[in-house]
Parts: sequence; C-alpha cells; structure tokens
Amino acid sequence: MSFLARLHPLHHRLAHLAQVGRAVALVWLLGTACALVAAQGVQALPALSARVIDQTGTLDAASKAALETKLAAFEQERGSQVVVLMVATTAPEDIADYTQRLGDAWKIGRPNVGDGVLFVIAKDDRRLRIATAKALEGAIPDLLARRILDQAVTPALRQGDYAGGIAAGVDQILARIRGEELPLPDASQMPRVSGNLNGSDLLIFVAFAVPVVAAVLRGIFGNKLGTLLTGIGAGGLAYLLTAVFWIAIGAGLLGMVAALLMQHLPMSSGTGRGGRSGPWGGGGFGGAGSGGFGGGGGFSSGGGGNFGGGGASGGW
Amino acid sequence: MHTLFTRCLTWASALLLAASLTGCGYNDFQRLDEQSKSAWSEVLNQYQRRADLIPNIVATVKGEANFEQETLTKVIEARSKATSIQVTPEMVNDPAAMAKFQAAQGEVSSALSRLMVVVEQYPNLKANQAFSDLRVQLEGTENRITVARNRYIQTIQEYNVLQRSFPTNLTAMVFSYPVKANFQVENEAVISAPPAVDFNKK
Repeated sequence: MSFLARLHPLHHRLAHLAQVGRAVALVWLLGTACALVAAQGVQALPALSARVIDQTGTLDAASKAALETKLAAFEQERGSQVVVLMVATTAPEDIADYTQRLGDAWKIGRPNVGDGVLFVIAKDDRRLRIATAKALEGAIPDLLARRILDQAVTPALRQGDYAGGIAAGVDQILARIRGEELPLPDASQMPRVSGNLNGSDLLIFVAFAVPVVAAVLRGIFGNKLGTLLTGIGAGGLAYLLTAVFWIAIGAGLLGMVAALLMQHLPMSSGTGRGGRSGPWGGGGFGGAGSGGFGGGGGFSSGGGGNFGGGGASGGW
Repeated sequence: MHTLFTRCLTWASALLLAASLTGCGYNDFQRLDEQSKSAWSEVLNQYQRRADLIPNIVATVKGEANFEQETLTKVIEARSKATSIQVTPEMVNDPAAMAKFQAAQGEVSSALSRLMVVVEQYPNLKANQAFSDLRVQLEGTENRITVARNRYIQTIQEYNVLQRSFPTNLTAMVFSYPVKANFQVENEAVISAPPAVDFNKK
C-alpha cells in the first residue's frame, strides 16, 4: 500500500510531464505556423548588396555610381553608413514598418557607434522615408528628416527627377551627419573578426582556457598526447568560431608560443612537466584576429545600427 | 602526482559546474530578465516622450478659435490619467498593473487619434507650421512606441518560452522566475468588430 502510495505521485508527475511535452510541441507547431504566416504576409527584404540599391531600374548607371562613390567616400572619411533603397512598393506594409524591418535586418552603422541612415523610396506608392539609427537621432531629428524630404527631395520627385531628388536628399543627410561629433574612423582600421567573437574574447580564451585545458588533458593522457589533443581541440574550436583559415595558421604560431611558455611555468609539483611542443605542437589556439574589411571593395553592414523608429516619412 | 590529479579533478568539476549552470538555463534567465527590464524601460521612455509632447499639441490647438472643446478635454484627461500611474521596472512581473497601464495609454492613443482626425476640419490649423512640426514629432514618437513595444514583446516571449519549456522550467521553479506579462491589444473588441462603412451620410 505504502509502495503504491509512493508510486502514485510519481505516476501523476510522469503524466504531467507528458502533458507539458504535448503543450510544448503544440506551442512549437503554432509558432512555426505563425512564422510561416508572418513570412507570407510581408515582402521579402532585399539583400544588402550595395550602398545604392534600385529595384525599379529608375536611376541610370551614372547617377547610381556617383551616389555610390559619394556614400563610400563619406564612409571612408567619417565612418557613418548611409544606404539608399528604391523599391516599387512596400505593400502590404506601411513604409515606416518596412523600413523598420530593413533596419532591424541590415543594422547598418559601425559596430561600436551604430551610426546608420536608411533612405527608402517607394516609387509606385509615392512614399519615402528617412530612418535614423539611434546614434544619429540627435544629428537628424524627426523634424529635420521631414524638412529634408519636404524641401530637398519631394519637389524634384514631383517633376520626375528621381536622381536629382535623391542626390539632394543624400547631400543634406551627409551634411547633418558631418555636423555631429562622432568618433572618426580609425586610420589603422578597427579589428574585425567574422563571427560574433571579438579579439579580446579570444585573448581571454587563450590566456585562461588553453592552459587549464592543457593541464587537465596532459594530466590524463600524458605529455605528448595531451598537448596534441589540446592543440587539436583549441584549433578546431578556433576554426569553428571564426571559420577563417588564416586564423588557424596564426593559431598554430600562438599555440607553439603558448606551449613553449607553459614549459617554463611551474604548473605542477613535478619538474619538467609541461608541454613539449613536438612537430605537431602547432595548431594551438589562434587569437586576436584583426582582419581587413570584409571582402575588398564590397560593401557590408557594420552591424551596429540600432533602429528605434526614428526618422520621418513623406510623400509626393 | 597525487596533487596533480586532485588539481585536475577540481578544474574538471569546476568546468562541469559552469557547463551545467549554463545548460539548465540559469544564465539565460539572468540575461533575459535584465533584457526585459531594459526593454520595458524603453517602452516607458517613449510613452513619457509622448506625454511630454501632448501639452504642446494642446497649447497649439487651443490657439485655434472655437476648436471642438470636447476632443481637447478628452486628450488632456487621458494624459493626466496615464501619467498619474506610478510606473516601475518591476511592473513587468505584475500583470494587473500592466493591464491598467496599457488601458490608460490606450486611452491616450485613441483620444490623440481622434484629435488628429478632428484637426482635418480646421484649415488654419493644418496650415500652421508649428502644428505640422508637432505632428511630425508625434508620428515619430508613435513609431518609436511601436518599435519599443515590439522589442519588449519579443524579449518577453523568449523569456516566457524559456520559463515554460523543459528542462529550464525546473530552473525557473527553483529560482522562482514567474511568467512575465506581455502586451495585450488594447481594444480587442473594437478592432475585431467589422468597420461600419456609411456612404449615405453627409
């Protein structure tokens, strides 16, 4: 009897767990269904392929190239990223919602500054919007964005002069950003590591985790095998995290240095214990990657822009 | 040799403990709890911005002679009602307070949109530069409120899913992390009713 009494709550709990499992599955199914519906309900966003993207084919190549060079030069000089997008329509969404989704997806602006501006023109809707990332809400407040649209852009658009109107709007935007005290781009270029790790994280990892793991592994497997395993493990992890081949090469060098240093560290009571870095001692951990800008010549988002709904819409 | 082995064991268990704490979602709860608080602060921040804007709008509209008084009074009343509610970051854990806050802000929204509709009947006001400036600012504020609310909703959703799903629900139970209140649609009954369209009037 007592056994049954003890069993009963357990049984009950198991049934409850099954219920929870079913509920979770249901929630997951519902979530998937909702995501599908949401994906069907709105337009797919264009890929961020250039600073000036024209899906309507309205701008001629020369004015597009001129705008592109202007924006690229501005990014070189001041660091801020400005992107112009021209679409036929934003339906079924309002241009504000569409631009907000763009801002959330592209996140243009430097990583630590977050200075990006989106300038979207929906040609057939006859609507346009300037959206500012939070870092630039001071440089281009909503009112000013509205004035730029009303005074510089829409008069030209009304006459069908798209290239002129957009160029005038971009000029105004750049002039306002220039007046804001933002950090200038570093001449030596900011370190960029693909993936979401930065150099200091990797350095910390090298400083702490590698010696610890190495000590444990060498304790268990002995000197040679332990060092080898550490090297393979850390190298593999480095490759997984950064997925850049040359980091793995740097990893080899650093791993060797680390192994050499550890030989002289009194990690254990015994003497002479410490990784002898054999011929395969390389492939340790690679750290502190400082890459060039993502793919020479191309344009990629800095990923730092946080768009909070700032900016203004207009129409013509 | 013995000391080394003990040392290894200590390190290994420390790593294991850290890994298991991460695995059971403890750190995720910390992260999302903080994230939801800051998302909520941003929502409050933007609502405050709107509340600060309203007196200017009211003052400008008042300048227009014989403006519909009832609409104006409603906006003023709704605002004072909304700002009288004490708001704190801890509110996210109190569904009743959240509902009250939302209802009050919803009233402000509807009073304001009514005002903006009425304004259309006053050509002087529409042409007034100061008023159209205020209008742009109000629009920007409403956009920011929408974004802030969306971000809050997403954070809360992530948190609540973690709170309810296995095995992290056990962590939530042990450290007592309750489900947080999310936004409801303010006027569910109104928006689910079909709109009344009447072309005969006027």
